[in-house]
Amino acid sequence: MRFLFKTDYEDDIRLFPHSGYVVSYGSLFAVLLVAPYVLSSYLMSQLVFVCIYATVGVALLILTGFTGQASLGHAAFLAIGAYTAVYLQQFNVPFPVYFLAAGLLTGVIGALVGFPALRLQGIYLVIATISFAFIVEEILARWESVTNGNEGMRVKALSLFGTAVSRDSPAFYFLCLAVLVLTIVGTLNLLRSPTGRAFVAIRDSETAARSMGVNVALYKVKSFAISAAITGFAGVLFAHKLSFISPEMFTLQLSIEFIIVILIGGTFSLHGAVLGAIFIVMIDPFLTYLKDDMPGIIAGVAATLGAGKERAAHIQDGIAAFASLNGLKGAIYGVIIVLFVLFEPLGLYGRWLKIKLFFQLFPLYKRATFKRQKIYVKSERNR
Amino acid sequence: MSYFRAENLSLRFGGLKAVDAVSFAVEKGEILSIIGPNGAGKSSIFNLISRIYRPTSGRIFFEDQDITEEPPYDIARLGIARTFQNIELFENATVLSNLLVGRHRHSTTQLWQELLFLPSVRANEKVHRRRVEQVIEFLDLEAYRDKPISGLPYGVRKVIELARALCSEPKLILLDEPSSGLNVEETDDMSFWIRDMRRELGVTVLMVEHDMSLVNRVSDRVIALNYGRVLAMGSPAEVQQHPDVVAAYLGA
Repeated sequence: MRFLFKTDYEDDIRLFPHSGYVVSYGSLFAVLLVAPYVLSSYLMSQLVFVCIYATVGVALLILTGFTGQASLGHAAFLAIGAYTAVYLQQFNVPFPVYFLAAGLLTGVIGALVGFPALRLQGIYLVIATISFAFIVEEILARWESVTNGNEGMRVKALSLFGTAVSRDSPAFYFLCLAVLVLTIVGTLNLLRSPTGRAFVAIRDSETAARSMGVNVALYKVKSFAISAAITGFAGVLFAHKLSFISPEMFTLQLSIEFIIVILIGGTFSLHGAVLGAIFIVMIDPFLTYLKDDMPGIIAGVAATLGAGKERAAHIQDGIAAFASLNGLKGAIYGVIIVLFVLFEPLGLYGRWLKIKLFFQLFPLYKRATFKRQKIYVKSERNR
Repeated sequence: MSYFRAENLSLRFGGLKAVDAVSFAVEKGEILSIIGPNGAGKSSIFNLISRIYRPTSGRIFFEDQDITEEPPYDIARLGIARTFQNIELFENATVLSNLLVGRHRHSTTQLWQELLFLPSVRANEKVHRRRVEQVIEFLDLEAYRDKPISGLPYGVRKVIELARALCSEPKLILLDEPSSGLNVEETDDMSFWIRDMRRELGVTVLMVEHDMSLVNRVSDRVIALNYGRVLAMGSPAEVQQHPDVVAAYLGA
């Protein structure tokens, strides 16, 4: 186990507290840099999606994890970013310009959504953000002169500094990675400055934050704006990756996926956004695999256990029918959320920390270390 | 003119007069205690000063400035800090970041500077950190610096709340029952700190307190309230012998 001996205030400020961090993040970064030359094109494509989802995850963490304002409307912010980019593409606007414009516009809209949110808390805020998402979805479907309605829009290939960048090329992956890394570094900077601490203060006690001089309304709006802007940037990349966008891609289901990203990853640290993104991107092929192969496997097992041929075929058909039920994916997501909230509220990153501590303290680890503490009742009267 | 002044302060919840035409003044460098039975309106007065409630009528002045209409977050900026009766700490943050929130009123950096963590932000952080460290030393909190609040005992939380208020370098500090839930030794420590606060940091103290021994030890003057009205005002001994105060507490 390592004990840090701090001799300077700088020790509390720097991003990498000791050399171990530099080594581990450095090697992770090196792996990410060589990945496109090693991995198959399918895995690369998944990795790009991980980058995009993780960027949105970080955005959502700022708003939900650190400021405590739940949002189920982030698919709408993603859509606004994506549509702004594609709309501006028609006028031959260069990529850096429409990339920034999409982020800015989404940020402004995020701030506007933030204003009504000032009066809402908890579940009511969730409902408000869902309705915002539905409004955006409807507008996208009906404002045909701009969005081409339900027919959707084709996204032109990305062109950066005069060269075309294909959505499957390593260059596009590096772009997404750069956006993710910049987002994470910016967010970490924010979290170690007054603004980030004000966010956390608002999450834990608005009354105390206010009496310490935090302008709660202003900081909530700021949090919404920053979160939306980052999601808008991610939206541009999302559009380029898909090369075609239509309103039905930005539904409530996508917003729920973003919530899953942070719930499963862990809401207390930015690591959670990345772990959650890996989880949500990889679970789709996994579910597809289960759907395609599970009926056959189970039927095979049933047959070896002595079920007749006819019976085995019957079982296979039954499971296949069940697997292709509508909305099964949503239900599975729901079950996953419930299980995580019940058994691992700190998410995958929390689990990772526990495993790490187990080995650091071996053989002295106490099972009660992470037992949830009794929390003193806070005054809710002054809300 | 007095340093801090409340004039005819009233607060009504429907027909209930929580605070009824209360006037008092606090001199610079004074320790003034407000006592009274439960429901007398003591905490309501604090909530009026820190603008959690809006007074039904009356005015509040601080350093000859009318602060009755200031937004709540500006009260702290003017130099009035407070603690809460039922501890309001930032539960899932470390002691250090709780105290750094106390420095919020001194932060001058803009959002874009913070996103890039420019040298100016870094320099400011170090200044904040040094001030926080002074308060940590003042209140003997070194052992808890990097601990999250959620695992700390009640007595320590109480001190951390005081520390957070002191980190904002207040001119006037409002202490809402600083000794509630503390044992005898902790209450002793608290009384020393309250006096040191005035002597070393030049803070004026207005406090609500039930523990009469603490009140007697630290207060220059005492105000007794009942049913939102001022019963008596004066030195601790005078107020405790005042017939109305005795009647209010003993029902005689």
